[in-house]
Amino acid sequence: MKRMAALAPPVLMILLLLAGWEIACRLLAVPSYFLPPPSAVAQALVERAPVLAASALVTFWMAIQALIVAVVIGGGLAVLVSLNAAAERAVRPLAIALQVTPIVAIAPLVLIWAGLDNADLAVVALAAAVAFFPIFSGVLTGLKSADPDLERLFDLYGAHPLRRLLRLRLPTALPHALEGLRVAAGFAIIGAVVAEFVSGSGASQGLAWRLLEAGNRLRTAELLAALACLTVMGLGLNLVIAALTRLVLRRRRQG
Amino acid sequence: MAEPTATDLIAALRGAVVRYPAPAHAIGPIDLNIAPGEIVALVGASGAGKSTALRLLAGLEPPSSGQAIVASGRTGLVFQSPTLMPWADALTNVALPLNLAGLDRAQVRERAQTSLAAVGLGDRATAMPHELSGGMAMRVSLARALVTQPDLLLLDEPFAALDSITRRGLVEDLHRLWSERRFAVVFVTHDVEEAVYFADRVVILDARDGRPCADLPSPGALPRAAGWRLDPAYRRRVEAVADALAASMPASIRVAP
Repeated sequence: MKRMAALAPPVLMILLLLAGWEIACRLLAVPSYFLPPPSAVAQALVERAPVLAASALVTFWMAIQALIVAVVIGGGLAVLVSLNAAAERAVRPLAIALQVTPIVAIAPLVLIWAGLDNADLAVVALAAAVAFFPIFSGVLTGLKSADPDLERLFDLYGAHPLRRLLRLRLPTALPHALEGLRVAAGFAIIGAVVAEFVSGSGASQGLAWRLLEAGNRLRTAELLAALACLTVMGLGLNLVIAALTRLVLRRRRQG
Repeated sequence: MAEPTATDLIAALRGAVVRYPAPAHAIGPIDLNIAPGEIVALVGASGAGKSTALRLLAGLEPPSSGQAIVASGRTGLVFQSPTLMPWADALTNVALPLNLAGLDRAQVRERAQTSLAAVGLGDRATAMPHELSGGMAMRVSLARALVTQPDLLLLDEPFAALDSITRRGLVEDLHRLWSERRFAVVFVTHDVEEAVYFADRVVILDARDGRPCADLPSPGALPRAAGWRLDPAYRRRVEAVADALAASMPASIRVAP
């Protein structure tokens, strides 16, 4: 009942927006190539469901692979540099440089490295590059945020660095890492779509391909249907990670 | 009385000075002897260096000059807050020092359970820290400090955040555990009454530089008899310690009673 009450305002807001959009399109006779009403988008969604679902699956799989790569490299690197202050000072500027470099700018280079006939690899690499920073930063911040008194206790008992990592720093880092993962998941989807765009027709036919195709043919309802698929995908992944976070942290103090 | 040698002592500070860079100031020199089985309260104004002295005795901070002699043996440490790992249950928290020492699992479990039972929480082994009251969490922290059977227990204002009833209960528990095991205790506090009640002797640290400026034995034997707080000797000693504490502070921070 409480959950229903919490869901009501956003659902009501979305319904109101859709209704307003539908009425405005009909009353103002907006051309459908410019802005189709939600009913036309829904129709396109149903009619093109098999194609859209297949493309969404391709993009989703790219994003998941990118997320896994980002977790392994970002998380692993954060653990390694947390053990040595000089290593952190050396790596952090590079990580920030990667974060502020536009993915579009490095895409041609990554495509050349991956091979033009191997564009899927380039898409995963580019999306992983975008998802890397939130995970690296989240894990590193978490590893360094252990209670100073607990750190002193580990000093007092002469804890081995590996035991300190496993028993203190990694458990402390877990909530930060999960928050980083949640942000990274959104970035991975955005990164996958942008990478599909810039990889051109060499890439698998993900949602970016559907967006381009629909745009080029002025099939705006189909374009918006593909966009809706992207949004649902992002929301779905976010919900899964939120559920995972609740499951992992359920026994800890909240807030 | 002859000066005790380092071998008679559990821990000692010999002219220990700790210098801090910014803002530049120094604590010490501190001279302090802790004999086996005695309870010493360190009392002083905020910033007098009580916690610094405790860290020196724990070997957590080396002195900038002078010596901190920490006898070989085990040391337990309890902070102002329980400092429990929020992801681990009470038993796992208590077992931490044994796990860090790499003891085998069965032995760790048995000793942690015994230590938890000794503080009256044998039935709360699986409770998570947020499921415990402040007093219970502090008992878990105490059980963790005692699980290694330490020769020296360092307490850094462990009762500061507790209500007076819980605080008194914990003090009685500590006296009981001390009677059974006779570990030495160094106890940092702001509370003069608590210091006199709990300790064999009260050492006052000067507010300006942390030097011990008074060393006053508490009257009567430990553990305290019921109603000892009403004993005139206790009241007189509390007043004497309060006067010495006031004298340890610069006039600018003294508050008239």
